[in-house]
Parts: sequence; C-alpha cells; structure tokens
Amino acid sequence: MRDQGLTLSDIQISKGGQPLLALDTHVPPGEVLTVMGPSGIGKSTLLSMVIGTLPRAFKATGRVLLDGRDITNLRPEARHVGILFQDDLLFPHLSVGDNLAFGLAPGVKDRRARIDAALQEIGLEGFAARDPATLSGGQKARVALMRMLLSEPCALLLDEPFSRLDTERRGQVRRLVFDVAKRRGLPVLMVTHDAEDAKAAQGRVIQLGAA
Amino acid sequence: MLRGGVKLSWLPILTVLALLGPVLAGLAGTIAPALGWLPGAGQARLSLDAFHALLDWPGFMDAARLSVVTGIGATVLSLALVTLICAGWAGTPAFRWLEKLLSPLLAVPHAAAAFGIAFLIAPSGWIVRAMSPWLTGWDQPPDLLIVQDPYGFALMAGLVAKEVPFLLLMTLAALGQADAPRSLAVARALGYRRVSGWLKAVFPRVYAQIRLPVYVVLAYSMSVVDVAVILGPNTPPTLSVQITRWMSDPDLAFRLQAAAGALVQLALVLGAMAFWRLGEFAVGWLARRWVRTGHRGAADPLAQGVGLFAAVAAASAIILGLLGLAIWSFAGFWSFPNLLPDGFTMRSWDRHIPGMLAAMWETFVLAAAATSIALVLVIGCLEAEHRYGFRPSNRAVWLLYLPLIVPQIAFLPGLQTLLLVSGADMGRWPVVAAHLVFVLPYVFLSLADPFRAWEPRFGTIGAALGAGPDRVLWRIRLPMLIAPVLTAFAVGFAVSVGQYLPTLLVGGGRVVTLTTEAVALAAGGDRRAIGVYGLAQTLASFLPFAMALLIPALLWRNRMGMRDA
Repeated sequence: MRDQGLTLSDIQISKGGQPLLALDTHVPPGEVLTVMGPSGIGKSTLLSMVIGTLPRAFKATGRVLLDGRDITNLRPEARHVGILFQDDLLFPHLSVGDNLAFGLAPGVKDRRARIDAALQEIGLEGFAARDPATLSGGQKARVALMRMLLSEPCALLLDEPFSRLDTERRGQVRRLVFDVAKRRGLPVLMVTHDAEDAKAAQGRVIQLGAA
Repeated sequence: MLRGGVKLSWLPILTVLALLGPVLAGLAGTIAPALGWLPGAGQARLSLDAFHALLDWPGFMDAARLSVVTGIGATVLSLALVTLICAGWAGTPAFRWLEKLLSPLLAVPHAAAAFGIAFLIAPSGWIVRAMSPWLTGWDQPPDLLIVQDPYGFALMAGLVAKEVPFLLLMTLAALGQADAPRSLAVARALGYRRVSGWLKAVFPRVYAQIRLPVYVVLAYSMSVVDVAVILGPNTPPTLSVQITRWMSDPDLAFRLQAAAGALVQLALVLGAMAFWRLGEFAVGWLARRWVRTGHRGAADPLAQGVGLFAAVAAASAIILGLLGLAIWSFAGFWSFPNLLPDGFTMRSWDRHIPGMLAAMWETFVLAAAATSIALVLVIGCLEAEHRYGFRPSNRAVWLLYLPLIVPQIAFLPGLQTLLLVSGADMGRWPVVAAHLVFVLPYVFLSLADPFRAWEPRFGTIGAALGAGPDRVLWRIRLPMLIAPVLTAFAVGFAVSVGQYLPTLLVGGGRVVTLTTEAVALAAGGDRRAIGVYGLAQTLASFLPFAMALLIPALLWRNRMGMRDA
C-alpha cells in the first residue's frame, strides 16, 4: 500500500528567499530514511517542518502525508509524529514514571501497570519513582524512547539521536531504536552526520548539499 | 507555525494599557490644573497663575537646585562606584563575594535604608558614638545638622547606598552579553592593567546596555520623596517633597501650585536627561582620545582600592543601618556615647504591634494583588511572544522603562486629581493599579531572561507527545521555571512594599501601609517606633525572597536536574 508510511511530497524549504533544500520521497513503514549532509544545510529544519515547529524565518512548500493523512497544516500535538533529539530532554521536574505518564494518552486505563510494563520492557524495572537526573546516559535514552512510544506515534523522527552517547552505548541504543521501529512498523526519518548511524539503519541514504 | 491553546494575543495590549494608562492619564491630570483647570476648587479658567504662585514661593530656586544637584550627584557617584567595582574586580573571588553581599540589599525598602543611614550618621548615631569621647571629646551628642543638611549630602549618601546595588545588578546582567572576560583577557595580554583595560575594552559595551537603568536612577534620584523626607533638608525641602506637602494640604487651591511644580519637576528631569546625554558624548569623545594614547594604566591600584572600599562602604551603610533599626526597636535606655543600650526590651514592639496589624495587612493585600496581576500579565506576554513569535522591539523595552523614567511626582498628583474630579473612590484598588505601574516593569525584567532562555525543545517534545501549548505551559514550562517565577514575584512584592508616593497620593491618605506609617514617623523622631516600623517593612520585603529560595529547594529536593535551574 503506497499510502502507508511517511510521504514528503515536493518539499521545498527556503529562508529569506534563498532555497535551502528540496525533497520528494516516501518512507514505507518499518524503514529508515537517513538524511546526511554538512551542518547548516537545514537537516534539522526539515524535521521541524515535519513535526510542525518550523521557525518563522523559514518558508516551506509541499505536503507531508502520514499514512495517507495530510498533516501539513495540523498543529504539532495533533500530528502523531514522535521525535528524539541528541539530548534525552527528560523533563527534569518529573520522576521517570511521570515522564512516561506524560507520554501516555489521557484516556488509557491502568496507567500504573502500563508504565511498570514499559519500564520492564526497557530493563528499568522499579525505576518509576527515580529522579531522571540520576540515570546513566543509556538509561535516559531508553526512557526517552519509551516515553515517545507510549504516545503511540505513527512516525519517528531522529535528530542526531545517538551523538551524545559513548561508543559502547551508542550501538546498543541504536539497535534498540531501529528494532522497535521495525517491529511497530514505524516509518523513520533520521538526520545525522555519523556514517555509522546510516549504515546501521540499513535504509536509503539521501545526501543533502552533495551536488 | 500553527499554535492552539488559549488565545493570548490580547495580553500584551492589556499590559501596555496597565503600564501607560495611569502614566498618561496622570500626566493629563497634572497638566490641566497647572493651567488653571480644577473644577473641584472652583477653577476652570486657563491661566498661568499656578506657575506664578510657584515662582512666588520663596523656596522655589533652592528646592529646584537641590533636586538637580542631589539627583545628578547621586547618579554620577553611583555609576562611578559601580564602574570602579566592576573594572577593578569583575571575575575575581572578591567580586563574587561583593555580588552576594549587595544583591539582597536591593530588596531593602528605600525608606528603611534611609532611616538606617540616618541612625548611623546622626550626631547621636553609631559613627559619632564609636569615636566619642576618646577622639572627639564629646560626652553628649554634638549640635550638628548632619542628617537633613541643607546641601543634601545625607540625601545623596542615602541614594548612592541604595542605587549602587541596583546598578550593579543591572551591570552584571549586561556583563554576560558583553563578552567581558575575553575582552579583558585580550586587553591584559596587550599590557593593559585591569581597570584601564576594562574601562577601555569592556565599559562602552556595558554602558550601552545599562543606559536605561542609569536614566531610571537619574529620574528617581531627582524626584524621590520618601528618602528626601527622611534624609533631605527641610527649609526648603526638595521640590518633590514640597509638591507632596501641597498635595496633602486640605486647601484645594494648593493643588494648582502642586501641579505646576510637578510639571517643573518633569521638565527638570527631562532637562537633566538631555544634559546627561550630552555628557555621554563628551565623555565618549574624551575616552576615545584616552584610548588612542595607549596608556596602560598607572593609577590602577588606587582605582581598584577605591572601588572595593566604596562597595564595602555602601553595603555596610545599609547593613549597619538595618542593625541600628533592629537594636533601637529593642532598646531600653540608651545613653550617649555607649555603643549599645543599657538593656533590651520588647516594650516598643508590644506597644506598636497592635496598631501595626492593619497597616501590615494592607501592605500585604496591596503587594499580593499588584504582584499577582503583574505576574499573570508578564507570563501571558512572554508566552504570547513564544507562541506567536512576537519579537519585542527596542521600543517595547522603552515602554517598559517609561513608568520608571517619568518621575512619580509628575503623574501621581494628576492621578489623584482625576480620581477626585471624577468622584471615584480613592481606596485600595486605585492604589493597586498605581502599584502595578511600578511592579510590572520589575517583574518583567526579572522573569524575561529565564523565561526566554528555557530550552524550546522541551516544548517540541511535549507537543510530539500530544500536549497542546497550554498543557506544555502548565505542566512543563512553568514547573521548570518555578524558581525564577517565585523570584520575580518576590521582586514585585518588594517593589510594592516600598512604594510611598503612589500609596499616599492615589490612596488619598486613607490607605495606610507599613511604608506610609514609617515615613510619617520621620518628623517625630521616635527612634524606637522608627526601628519597629523600619524593621517590619524590611521583613515584609524579605519574606517572599526567603520563600522563593525555600519552596523550590523543598519541591525539588529529589530532582538533581532542577538544582541549578
């Protein structure tokens, strides 16, 4: 089904009349599209357009379709697009469990049980009451991933997501993220300048600014 | 970008109205009677009689001269001291210590600080006591007019002691944006000594950032009433004090003269600002010549020493002054030249507390109301700026400073006149609105930087998790910013507690706070009563700051990530 997945249809982003990047592509469910290129080329700007937080200084044309649904003009909170940054950005004032609860949709029943199960799934059983600042880098990354998954996104954006982790953890977390995405059939759009990330993603790679 | 949530775009407009409405209305209400229009007093004919009456007052020239000299003098001294402190010590451990010492003093109400300094320098104050009789030979207080001296030296000293902490804090904020440490390092690598290098390489950028606060200090020092009542001369007083006396006269005819005086005071302040602006050019021209000479700074150690001494003197004046207030409030019999009273007693507190409760409550209600309204408006404005991408222009910053730069004495009498003419009640709520005019800018200045510095990706994450802008604000942003929000509240509260003129004039004398009571005691000279009221006023200002430290510490005791936030 061509409709399923994330479609970037004839996207063009410009700043102050200067064209920045152009893209026209489709990411099927469970696959990873890696966008690479030097910094300043607008990789993160592309993600902010997909997620709905494009800064005012930029202008974008084209459409973003998610499972056939046009989300170009939806508000960020209505898009069901999850994102992970290079920083975990766990809310520092909330416990690990409350961070996860923030992701869980409001109507969901048995919230405690859901959160405990989620913690178990990422090997952090019994961490619900913990202060996120006391977790290791890898643990934080896993909580951030799980928080996003609990909000049941239909697509996943990754903004240099592994660059802050040390080499050992990087491979581990990378595998976890890509496995989860594949298992849940999420289309993944990743921007990175780490060739290892692109290789591990085993998907198509688009080089921006290569021409 | 598309944003949902509660509509906030009207809040900035409401804020501007709250800021400027009273100022503009008050100015109009001042101009009209100055030109002879005051229906309440049976006057409705255009004339310059009010100005003639003002000029006929024998004290006019002296009063105007006092305002100008003490105002400009205090501003020059405060700016010079702050500059020397930063030039000599910025970035050193001594500077961090000074910063810690001076910052809390900003919260001390002007009236309490002025009383404390009066107690310190009076003929029977601690300084004379400490030198008597072994050095001075005095075994009773000398008959000298030190406090309320005709030249206004005591007034200037009091103003400088309070304005140095204010300007220093503003300068600290500016230093962060001036790339100061690296510029200084470059200058020193080129062989410049500390003070000269800082003055030549860093100061011009810092001054550009603190120009508006300097103008605030100038306008304030020229037109202040409460400090001038306590420390300034009496015959004649400064122009602002005289205007306040006329405004409080039961004979309404004096309002015309007061209005004319208020306009003259406004003109004096504007003239002084123009003069100051010219001075900036002159100093800039001289400074560029000095830079071109390439002098590396011969007098540096002296300048450094003076800076440190002045900073410590300003801080000690306020701290010892407060200590003096505290001791007087508990003093039994205290004979000259003993440094301490013969005994301590609760008698003064026992006597004054019952009568003070009403004033305490009024102080609290006014401050809590004005600050809460200000906080809602400021958070609304900052959030609107964030949601709709409003970029505050330079002009918006001027709007914020306008109520602080237009002297209070120029528009508050007009506000009172308008309330009088329109038959509105002069009670509590007009006073809240008047306090809001002065509380709002400080709350905004205090909260804006931390609010804008908040990591916006937390908001993006929140939205990606399905939270709308309102949920992001209430559940993520405000909880994360609870410490700066509470600090801004404390700043606003302290500003409101310290307000004298708005409470007196807009309240029509019927709204009684700790500050109006304390200043009213100035004429009587009952030191024990002054000690009690001054201390109560200071405590009222400090309590919210203590809570602003305590609440986040308790709330986030198990949240390491919130410690330095």
